[in-house]
Order: sequence, then structure tokens, then C-alpha cells
Amino acid sequence: MDNEVKRNIIIDHYHNPLNKGLLEDENYTKIRVNNESCIDNIVLMVKVEDGIIKDIRFDGEACAISTSATSIMIKMLLNKSVEEALIILNEYEKMINEQDYDESIIGEAIVYNEVYKQPNRKKCALLPWRGIKIIIEKE
Amino acid sequence: MKVRDDFPMLRKKIIYFDNGATTFKPHIVIDSVVDYYSNYSANAHRGDYDISLQVDDAFEAAREKVKKFINAKTTEEIIFTSGTTDSLNMIIKGYFKNHLNSGDEILITKSEHASLVLPWFLLGNQIGCVVKYIDLDQDLKVTIENVTKAITNKTKVIALSHITNVIGDIRPIKEISKLAHQRGILVMVDGAQSVPHIKVDVEDLGIDFLGFSGHKMLGPTGIGVLYGKLELLEKMKPQNVGGGMNDIFTSLKQIDYKPLPHRLEAGTPNIAGAIGLGAAIDYLEMVGMDNISKHDQELKRYAVTKLSKLDNIEIYNANTGGSIIAFNVKGVFSQDTAIYLNKHNICVRAGSHCAKMLSDNINVNSTCRLSFYLYNTKEEIDRLVELLKNKDILKESL
Repeated sequence: MDNEVKRNIIIDHYHNPLNKGLLEDENYTKIRVNNESCIDNIVLMVKVEDGIIKDIRFDGEACAISTSATSIMIKMLLNKSVEEALIILNEYEKMINEQDYDESIIGEAIVYNEVYKQPNRKKCALLPWRGIKIIIEKE
Repeated sequence: MKVRDDFPMLRKKIIYFDNGATTFKPHIVIDSVVDYYSNYSANAHRGDYDISLQVDDAFEAAREKVKKFINAKTTEEIIFTSGTTDSLNMIIKGYFKNHLNSGDEILITKSEHASLVLPWFLLGNQIGCVVKYIDLDQDLKVTIENVTKAITNKTKVIALSHITNVIGDIRPIKEISKLAHQRGILVMVDGAQSVPHIKVDVEDLGIDFLGFSGHKMLGPTGIGVLYGKLELLEKMKPQNVGGGMNDIFTSLKQIDYKPLPHRLEAGTPNIAGAIGLGAAIDYLEMVGMDNISKHDQELKRYAVTKLSKLDNIEIYNANTGGSIIAFNVKGVFSQDTAIYLNKHNICVRAGSHCAKMLSDNINVNSTCRLSFYLYNTKEEIDRLVELLKNKDILKESL
């Protein structure tokens, strides 16, 4: 995928993120994640039913990478089982950390396959996934 | 200013506009630290051998330099700390904790740094003193009228930054002190952003307590200063006890403390840091604090004038003096702007800058901050302005 296409996808998700805005609903598990060294600050809420991720919503203030990564993560994980989500998460982390990964399951998140070139952006790309990991590992 | 050759960091091909966070060091500072570690590396206050005596002389000479630099009355009023945060915590926990009562009021503003706000919040929770806010005017400045309005008969302390780290306005500390002292109120000042940039004369300003950091004024990290009026410091309780601060202690658990300033400096001090800070003061005085202030403020005016002409830039503090500019590129998150500029080797800070209550006033949670110092130039600002003219900053930050 060429860089211009990747940037456009990121910006599109940044400007029109999926499922932004939180709900008052006790069936969701909520978590706040932020990066120590920067100002990204995101709250995620997740509804898991019978081992399936039924809904994810988020809110917060964060950079283009964090916000778009959250939106793309939500798109990828909706209606996946917790086990499937953990596999995707694992491959995504490998990609961001410049390790070998399975491209076939990374989907649209492939737009971040060169984030490692900007070390200060890696933590932004990982932020929402850090939050979701904490929630679904408890499931 | 012809100072750039004195700073090894400036040989790197970067433009550094984050002096509010920390500053580069001139050779004279680096050399003084290396000299201590290379040629007379011994502990202080152990004067049984030559190099130790040499340490004592250098360490106390640094204290004398600080005393003169801020015009304290005696060196007993100068306590070395690890930095502003340490100084402010010591003042609040070591003095005010024992001199305030439940219901007493402390006045601060919503643009203060966390290192001033949080120890007061904590003390409020512990002893029931109450933190209240002085209103900021439309330019986010502190006016005497608003200070007067905020004072009640329960006000015991006014605690303010001399210059705030986001807005950069210089507070009228002298007038505030006068007003406060007429009412028996003490004035505690965070000098982290002022002592490096303007002449701070504690006597003239009537400051009761002051804290500042060495590394923001060309000195080493890990060294700072707590200044307090002698009669107040005499009543201050040491937060740390141990070596170097006691005269005698017995098996009957009696402790006699040393006199000031050593009573408040338990343990081996940051000797290299103090010596480096002394060298930084020598350097600042050689250049001249008035010249530095003039230079910093001229750079701010120059940058504001140029940036104001760009329609994609919003400046939050165009009308304040000082050397700090808080801005955003419209439609771009501050961190993305900072990362874009970093790609062009320009260092700026993005964030809330530890002044997290300020969003109540400016309606944005985060800004990009430019903070200038004596080695910055108009050419560097020109380069920044050129880069900010770009209409694709967001995309190019990715």
C-alpha cells in the first residue's frame, strides 16, 4: 500500500472515527488508557457477551495516530470472539514492534506497518490495543 | 546575542524551542562539573584533607553566588534542593503544614503548575486548609484587582508562579506582596520560569518563599534552590533528617540540629550540581539578565507578529509579555504538530504542560508551546514560520 493511501486512510479514521462517544450502560467494561510521555488520553468501553465482542465505544483526546488506531481497532474487533481478538492483537503488536507478523489477519491496520520508523509514534499506535487487551484478557 | 558558540548542543542541527522544559548548558557549566569529578571529587563538610576543603569552598561559593543572584540577605536563606518541585514541597510540608489551621485559605490560580498545586491539595486533605482560585483576566493575567477580590480574612498564603509555564505572563509579585503583607498574608513564589529569564530580587519583590531549578537556567539537572526569609526558615521543620544536618545525637534520642542552611540539607548534597549552578549564574551574569530578558521578549514579539499573519495558527497568549507562546495549528492536535516539526528538527512541547486546570480558561486541553532563551534567533523563528505555513501539517505528521 503506498504511503499516500495509508495517510489518507489514517486521516479519514481520525476525522470520522467509528463509535466515538460513550454510553451510560452497565453492560460495558470501561478503561482509561494514556501514554506517560505524551498526552493521548482515551477511554474505551467494551461489551462482551458469550465470549463475543459485541460493541466497543471510545472517547478522549488523542493524536491522529491514536485516534485512527482506535477507530480501526474497533472496526476489526467487532463481533470477533475474544480468542480471535487476542490473535489479531498479538499480530498487530508484532507489526508495530517490527517483528515478523501474519499480514493476512492484520486487515486495515496494515496502514501502521511503518510506524516503527517513528519511535515516538509507536506508543500512540499501541494505545487503544493496550486498553482492549486488559479488558479482554479478563474475559 | 553572541552566545551560540558557547553551547555544544547547538552544534547539532536542531532548533530548540523547549527552554521552558530545560535548557542547554554552556561549556563553562559542563567544564565546572567535569572539573569537580576529575580534580577534587570529595564529599562536602569533611574538611580533614585538601580536596575536601576545596569542595567546601566551591560548594559554599555556589551558595554565595545564588544569594547575590537573587539578592537574599544571607547565605543561610539559600537551601540547595533537587529542584523546584522539591523546594515547593519542602516549603509546604516543612513550614505551612505546621503554621496553618483548618479553614485557612490559600490563593492560587488555575494556570499554576502541578508542582505548586498538588502539594497544596494534599495539605488541604491533611489539615483542612482550603485552596481557592484568583480569577484570571481575559488575557489570562493576574491583576491586583482580582487578587484583592479573592482575599478574605481567612487568607493566609498567596502561592503563585512568578511567570507561568504555559502563558508566560509575568505576575506583579511586588504589588501582590505589598498587598499581602499589609494583611499578614505570606507570599510563596514558584520561580522556575522567572529566575532564568528576568532579574529576580527577593528583597525588592518582598517574596517570603521562592523555589527554582538549576536546569532551566543553564545549570545541571537535579539541583534547585529554596529561598526563604530567615525568620521563616528558622521555623521550618526538616523533612529529611540524617547526616550533615545534626550537631549531635545521643542514645537518649536527643538530636541537636545544625544551624541554617545545613539543617535543611540532610545527606550528601548534589555537590556537582551546586557547583554547576554557580557556573551557570556566572554565565548569566556575564551576559546580563537585562539583556537576556530583552532578547527573549523581542523574540516573542517577533514570533507573535509573524505567526499572527498565518490564518491556520491560533495563539492563546499573544498579549502577554515573557518568552512563551502557546498555540495550535487549527484542526491539528498539538502532538501531531510537534511531531511534524520534529521531522524538521524543531523541538517544541505539546500537551497541557502540567497546568491541567488551565483548560477551564482557554477551552483547549493541549497546546504547542514555544519557549525561547538567549541562544534562540530570529532566523530560527523564520524557519518555524515557514514550516507552519504548510497546509498539510496533519498529513505530513504521519
